[in-house]
Amino acid sequence: MTEAILSVQGVSKRFGGFTALSDISIDFHRDRLTSIIGPNGAGKSTFFNVLSGAFPPSEGKVHYNGRDITGVAQHRFAHMGIAKSFQITNLFPLLSAHENVRIAAQAMQTRFNIWTPRSRFRELDEKADALLELVGLWDKRHETAGNLAHGAQRSLEIAVALACEPQLLLLDEPTAGMSPEEAREMMDLILKLHAERGIILVEHRMKLVMGISNRIVVLHHGQLLAEGTPEEIRTHEEVRRVYLGQTV
Amino acid sequence: MSSKAERNALDVDRTGEQRQVRMPALIDLIARHRVLAAIVFLMVLPWATPYEALAINILIFGLYAIGFNLIFGYAGMLSFGHAAFFGLGAYGCGIPIAKFGFPWFVALPLGVAVAGLAAAIIGWLAIRARGIYFAMVTLALSQIVYYVVFQWVSLTGGEDGLRGVAVNSIDIFGLRLNMLDPMTKYYAILVIVAVALWLFSRILNSPFGGVLEAIRENEKRAAACGYDIKGTRWLAFLLSGLFSGLAGALYAMHLSVVPIETLHYFNSAIVVMMALLGGMGTFFGPFLGALVYLLLEDIITVITVHWQLFVGALFVFLILFFPRGIWGSLLHWMKQ
Repeated sequence: MTEAILSVQGVSKRFGGFTALSDISIDFHRDRLTSIIGPNGAGKSTFFNVLSGAFPPSEGKVHYNGRDITGVAQHRFAHMGIAKSFQITNLFPLLSAHENVRIAAQAMQTRFNIWTPRSRFRELDEKADALLELVGLWDKRHETAGNLAHGAQRSLEIAVALACEPQLLLLDEPTAGMSPEEAREMMDLILKLHAERGIILVEHRMKLVMGISNRIVVLHHGQLLAEGTPEEIRTHEEVRRVYLGQTV
Repeated sequence: MSSKAERNALDVDRTGEQRQVRMPALIDLIARHRVLAAIVFLMVLPWATPYEALAINILIFGLYAIGFNLIFGYAGMLSFGHAAFFGLGAYGCGIPIAKFGFPWFVALPLGVAVAGLAAAIIGWLAIRARGIYFAMVTLALSQIVYYVVFQWVSLTGGEDGLRGVAVNSIDIFGLRLNMLDPMTKYYAILVIVAVALWLFSRILNSPFGGVLEAIRENEKRAAACGYDIKGTRWLAFLLSGLFSGLAGALYAMHLSVVPIETLHYFNSAIVVMMALLGGMGTFFGPFLGALVYLLLEDIITVITVHWQLFVGALFVFLILFFPRGIWGSLLHWMKQ
């Protein structure tokens, strides 16, 4: 067993008087595809935001490769090798698909260069094209991101996240709003991406992730309800009760 | 591999075709050589204005508006304190000349440096706030600058302004330019403004220019990509202050006095109007805005002292019906 890439210890998050997460401790591993599931309001998104650095936890620590990253500024996450895609599509809507990925890739190379023309950075263009090809958007690369179809925007979101060459990819409901066909393609893509990096996936629909995950984490009312292999989760009494009426 | 080559060939076709459809050739040419186009325009300008001093004002306030536009149009933050940088640029250039007898080529960079220092400090404090709060913080801090300069009579002349910023001639490579001749003065200042425009265009084309665009489009995503939002905004504010400071320094040399009004918040407000009139977020729009504003002021003051009423009415009309501004609307209309 490898050492944990991301380790969460005793994490809680409160918003005013409301406790969204309470005392969660989990280790995530690089060679695993871990899915975080749970019914609506289970605290999945809050947990995702803590993991991806959108806001710090109220209590507890987050370690990345053994280093304490609790409260580290959002923009440092990409440089450390943690990328995320958003639940609600979050792109640069007026820029082309190509420019979306190119600007994301640029962050790893130069950020405060006010002198060299952008056109000199040919390798960034090539990298953007390669990533667009990977997610199947090469032929749409000149289209304005805001004009792309929903499914294509979700794929572009992944390409933008990949541009910082992450070791760990965090995906918040990547299939939200997708047709079953598109969702299946997305899952295939995620599986492919997993070959080279750790992936943590937040998903509302349990069935989608059962087939591709090595590890499942179930949240319920802001607490860790269960953690284990898909098989263990499938037969877990509590989980069955929470997802009552759904075939697990 | 062959499929990629094929795609590339297709791609060339497509962009060529797009370009034809998107923009008429002339506009496309201007867009691609925007600095050159702006300089050509400015070379002709003094022949079209009622008198040369007005053309010089347009040149200087145009540069001021362009500098302001970096933080307003490109970074998307409304600063209401840019008079501080214009004014400090003017005093920073004027005081060494008037009080210490420095040559202009030392005083001018000094003015820019003073403005830059102020922008670095004010920017560092202000970027912590956002939206209307950002505007208020910049206004408050620029007012502090105003009162310090106002009170420091021995150095700045206080309410009477700074007198005796005499730059009567400029010697370059044995060539003596008579700065008392308005036409000579115009073209001498134009050389400096042209260099500034080139630098500005270079910044917009740089990776940093791309980051500004990205942050304006989607701040959250830009941060997730690894861009330091505050750092980027601070640098944009600093650069914006440097350009505004250069405009102020040139203004001191142009007028040979520095009025305290350069630091007044009214001067912060007119640059917002100029940028909006011309088109925020466009390269040349703010310059055009400065031109329209100053021309209107000049023409209408002859008829009535209430010229601001008419400029205000035009401003409201443009904001309501042409929110992209004059140049912005023109570009948009041409692209259709």
